Amino acid sequence: MSAIAINPIYRAVRFYEAPIGKKAVMAITGVMLVGYVIGHLLGNLQIYASDPEQINRYAAFLHNPANAIPLWAIRGVLLAAVILHITASVQLWLQNRAARPVGYVKKDDVPASYAARTMIWSGPIVGAFIVFHVLHLTVGAVLPLEDINQNPHTPNVYENVILGFQNPWISGFYILAMILLCLHLYHGMWSMFQSVGISHPRYTPKLKKGAAILAILIAIGNCSIPIAVMAGLLHL
Amino acid sequence: MRIILHIWRQRSAGEKGRMVRYEVPNVSEHMSFLEMLDVLNEDLTMRGEEPVAFDHDCREGICGMCGAMVNGIAHGPLPGTTLCQLHMRHFKDGDELYLEPWRARAFPVVKDLVVDRSAFDRIIAAGGFIAVATGSAPDGNAIPVPKDDAEKSMDAAACIGCGACVAMCPNASASLFMGAKMAHLGLLPQGQPERERRAVAMVAQANRELFGSCTNIGECEAVCPKDIKLEVIARMNRDFLRAKWAGEEGVAGD
Repeated sequence: MSAIAINPIYRAVRFYEAPIGKKAVMAITGVMLVGYVIGHLLGNLQIYASDPEQINRYAAFLHNPANAIPLWAIRGVLLAAVILHITASVQLWLQNRAARPVGYVKKDDVPASYAARTMIWSGPIVGAFIVFHVLHLTVGAVLPLEDINQNPHTPNVYENVILGFQNPWISGFYILAMILLCLHLYHGMWSMFQSVGISHPRYTPKLKKGAAILAILIAIGNCSIPIAVMAGLLHL
Repeated sequence: MRIILHIWRQRSAGEKGRMVRYEVPNVSEHMSFLEMLDVLNEDLTMRGEEPVAFDHDCREGICGMCGAMVNGIAHGPLPGTTLCQLHMRHFKDGDELYLEPWRARAFPVVKDLVVDRSAFDRIIAAGGFIAVATGSAPDGNAIPVPKDDAEKSMDAAACIGCGACVAMCPNASASLFMGAKMAHLGLLPQGQPERERRAVAMVAQANRELFGSCTNIGECEAVCPKDIKLEVIARMNRDFLRAKWAGEEGVAGD
């Protein structure tokens, strides 16, 4: 019997067992999460539309009961991606820590590796932020959320965002999380190519630069909203 | 010039070690780093103390035996250089230097600055070779090899297996070493038939040796005395993933 014919689940388990397999899983789930971050930002930027109702119409479209199946399908895929991404990273982190039980008295670092070395810190803080963000603007556990005409399918996003971000603690945490997300995305967006075996002396430096520019643009876009609210540019 | 050294002293693998301070007066700027240690050891021997044990052999930067962390950087502050080829002219009078052995679970300390790197030998024995006898060097163009591939293979073959990549890596990963060996063999026609099997076998052995894995930080590349690039790790990942995902080796035991 050819080895190829062996049960695909067994093959997938063998693939995931290897650290390089885990990194590939992190790269693929990373692509999905980056895609979501970009899509989410583009949706959010509608808050700057001249018509304040624009973002509420978008929210009503997403929350329309007719769209519930695709919405929950996407949420399910994203949740699975987040769980896989976190599980693989924690397993690798534990293995990698165990690989050096006795540390150095003195250790220097390559300055450019800051984002890479802090992935294990930027990751969990961004993760905690996502939980807070969902509690804040989806569940309504942080501040009471307003719906238009008391209809839960038409949330008043415009008002909820502005009321939330008028609180400097909430805005501050959002901005901090977005700066960490920027570092996390910078390393993640070029390193995912390396993990799946794509590297070239001519293109990889450009890829790193592109990742940095995209990560900074995402951070600027996301941070602009709490800053605009606090500066009074966005108001009720 | 006068150099102050803090050196990791450990009598044997089982005993606890500690940093000990030494002063070396009259260091000439023409000395290599190891020659300065020789001078210190002569002095220690004269005083009836145990000299500092450190690995070394060719002292030409090509054998891969020497190496220590100097102020937290593998092989010291000069890039692209082994410790033996680092000269004291790169330091100043009164400099304080911390010397420590490579630290990794897979590289246990034998004594002072000497570590056991036989884990590397076992990784090579697992797959870092071509299994058929290739005979003596063939005629120049008897086997055509594209120029670019020959160059890249030669660049990777420069790896001397010193272990600085493992020592510097925050994860104590041997990926740069393994990638270099796989690129060296896998870019040449003779290395093709075993390319996937080699990737799977060497990676599996590295896991058994309890090396960490690569998180694309790049500290290995920064200290490699032979300037091996991260590109070789991507190449290893590619060979490994192809083998695991689609190849016959995908279900091979680790």
